[in-house]
Amino acid sequence: MPTIKSLDDLTRIREEVLKKQELITTSGKTEIIVGMGTVGRATGTQEILTAILSYIEEHNLGNVIVRQTGDMGLDSFEPVIQVILPGKERVTYGKLNPEIVKSILSNHVIGGKIIEEFKVER
Amino acid sequence: MKAVRSMVLVSSDAESIALGANEVFSAFQQKIQDYGLSDEISISFISDIGHNSAAPLVIIYPEAVIYGPVKPDDVLDIVEEHLDKGHIVERKLVPAHELSEHLAWLSSRKGTLPAENRIVLKNVGLIDPENIEDYIALDGYQALGTVLGKTPAETIGIIKDSGLRGRGGAGFPTGLKWSFVAKTHIDKKYVVCNADESEPGTFKDRLVLEGDPHAIIEAMAIAAYAVGADEGYVYIRGEYGLAIERMKVAIKQAREYGLLGKNIFSSKFSFDLHVHAGAGAYICGEETALIESIEGKRGEPRSRPPYPTTFGLWGKPTLVNNVETLANIPAIIRNGADWYRSIGTPSSPGTKVYTILGNVNVTGLIEVPMGITLREVITIYAKGMKGGTFKMAQTGGSSGSIIPANLQDTPMDFDSFKTASVSLGSGALLICNQEICVVDLAKVLLNFFRFESCGKCNPCRIGCQKSFEILSNIAEGIGTLQDLEDLQMMADQLYELSNCGLGQTAGSPLKDILTYFHAEVESHIRLKVCPADTCPMSGKTIYQVGQEVKITREQGA
Ligand SMILES: Cc1cc2nc3c(=O)[nH]c(=O)nc-3n(C[C@H](O)[C@H](O)[C@H](O)COP(=O)(O)O)c2cc1C
Repeated sequence: MPTIKSLDDLTRIREEVLKKQELITTSGKTEIIVGMGTVGRATGTQEILTAILSYIEEHNLGNVIVRQTGDMGLDSFEPVIQVILPGKERVTYGKLNPEIVKSILSNHVIGGKIIEEFKVER
Repeated sequence: MKAVRSMVLVSSDAESIALGANEVFSAFQQKIQDYGLSDEISISFISDIGHNSAAPLVIIYPEAVIYGPVKPDDVLDIVEEHLDKGHIVERKLVPAHELSEHLAWLSSRKGTLPAENRIVLKNVGLIDPENIEDYIALDGYQALGTVLGKTPAETIGIIKDSGLRGRGGAGFPTGLKWSFVAKTHIDKKYVVCNADESEPGTFKDRLVLEGDPHAIIEAMAIAAYAVGADEGYVYIRGEYGLAIERMKVAIKQAREYGLLGKNIFSSKFSFDLHVHAGAGAYICGEETALIESIEGKRGEPRSRPPYPTTFGLWGKPTLVNNVETLANIPAIIRNGADWYRSIGTPSSPGTKVYTILGNVNVTGLIEVPMGITLREVITIYAKGMKGGTFKMAQTGGSSGSIIPANLQDTPMDFDSFKTASVSLGSGALLICNQEICVVDLAKVLLNFFRFESCGKCNPCRIGCQKSFEILSNIAEGIGTLQDLEDLQMMADQLYELSNCGLGQTAGSPLKDILTYFHAEVESHIRLKVCPADTCPMSGKTIYQVGQEVKITREQGA
């Protein structure tokens, strides 16, 4: 565990983390971000997360990273996830259930086609 | 869902009406219909927007462009070019020199709406809150490192210059509060983050705590350095289980990285944090009751003075700041006071996080520059009213003000609201349509307050209970005109005599309702009619025969 003793230490760690994150984006990995705040959880993001993970396992998707984050302020649209294909814009989906999530995974994450119907405009 | 895409506002002051505002309004209605846009575009009158010599004015959102003077003949062009095709009709724009005050401010933002501007929520929804590295990657803890190279006085200077004002409700200048604590010459001082967030309808702090806990830790460390404290408490509302959990994880990580603890960044500054969970009492959000609660006593407000800045936790000077206030600090240190002042209005720089709820199409949370109007929030961010037209809004949770339709265009900043005798409060915006009854709303609010009153002082304990009883009677159709007078008196006395903000603000929605909706309350009493058709009026059987209202209940029974 690195201890930060100076601003230089902080900058070094920051750069290391950024490099790590860049590796993710340039390695052609897709990111799926699940909103796991209180509202997200109350509306069932836990099931969404499980659905995503089991889909990934079933289909052996090695190049997908799943992360969690807090509420995004989109309470009317929860559960919410975001999908970032390598080098592409962040796409936000809302009002999801495990079935819809599966179709997002097959159409968007694998097929590269955004599903407009569930997209949330910010 | 009927989501409004544009909003047309026609000025309706006496001068505009004399110059044909009504005709312009009908022309817009007609043309919008002709173009089949009725579902996407709302049209309404706007009153009281300040003096101008280009009446009648037409304001179109979300672009915030102002046309004037508009004649019925111009309407076709505006509908066809602007509303249908999306091109601004340059030749009909009001010359900038014709505009003053609010209009000028509106016009200066032309084309910049909708502008969500995230400072407080910058990282929320982007980073993994349980991973300190995510925060560091986005410049986290840099502000703390920088501050430790400055003197405490310099740090307070930056916060003072930024003009940041407390987001906990009262809008007290943050830099000034810091300097009060810094001024005391006592070896032990505390910093407390008020994360009780018990105001109904407010959930902005929760998002920060859950989504970006390290921002609060960093801000508290900066504050502690500036005021000379070495220990802090985050007082989190007990119901916020996830927030408490994540804050604890974050504190642990910060300690492991040496960002909390002894000699932070190899300086002489040491600081550590505790998490204290509340137990669900509204009053514990009041800073002195909160302090009592941390000390393990009943959550009852203290008498002031002395204020917490000189006599706070365990009798030591204590800085209490709200979560949202603190979340602004690292960004201000990183980007400077001038940058912060460039956002928002001169009296209230920066952004404000609003939680939107009620009869609108999209509820949720936004962070926008201070000074935006309620109408803008409703139309642009909340995508329009649901199930009817705007009747009123309550800003700032239960203790906030009731905003009637004619104040919808007041810029939402501390001073403009104060001038209009309403308060901004914590940032909850409860939007009500015409189906909401003011008596019912007041009853619900006072029901809340009578339970939440801590009971320490009589005006609040008895006043809230009595007001609730009177309101219940009025809602049942058995209120009298004497009740109305008593209610007015109670509202005034709650404000004047209560010991703390709870009782003082319990009267404020009541006062507002009696000011702006007196006729509606009176109709409950005199006619036994609830115009919004919400109240039980147990007398029942009120028939609406043509214009006649037959009342089958005896007056004052
Ligand atoms: C009844 C009552 C409840 C309050 N609840 C809260 C609250 O939940 N959160 C909060 O930050 N401030 C609350 N306040 C305001 C605090 O007393 C205090 O003004 C605030 O924490 C100061 O922080 P600021 O200067 O950063 O705004 C409450 C005040 C009263 C009278």
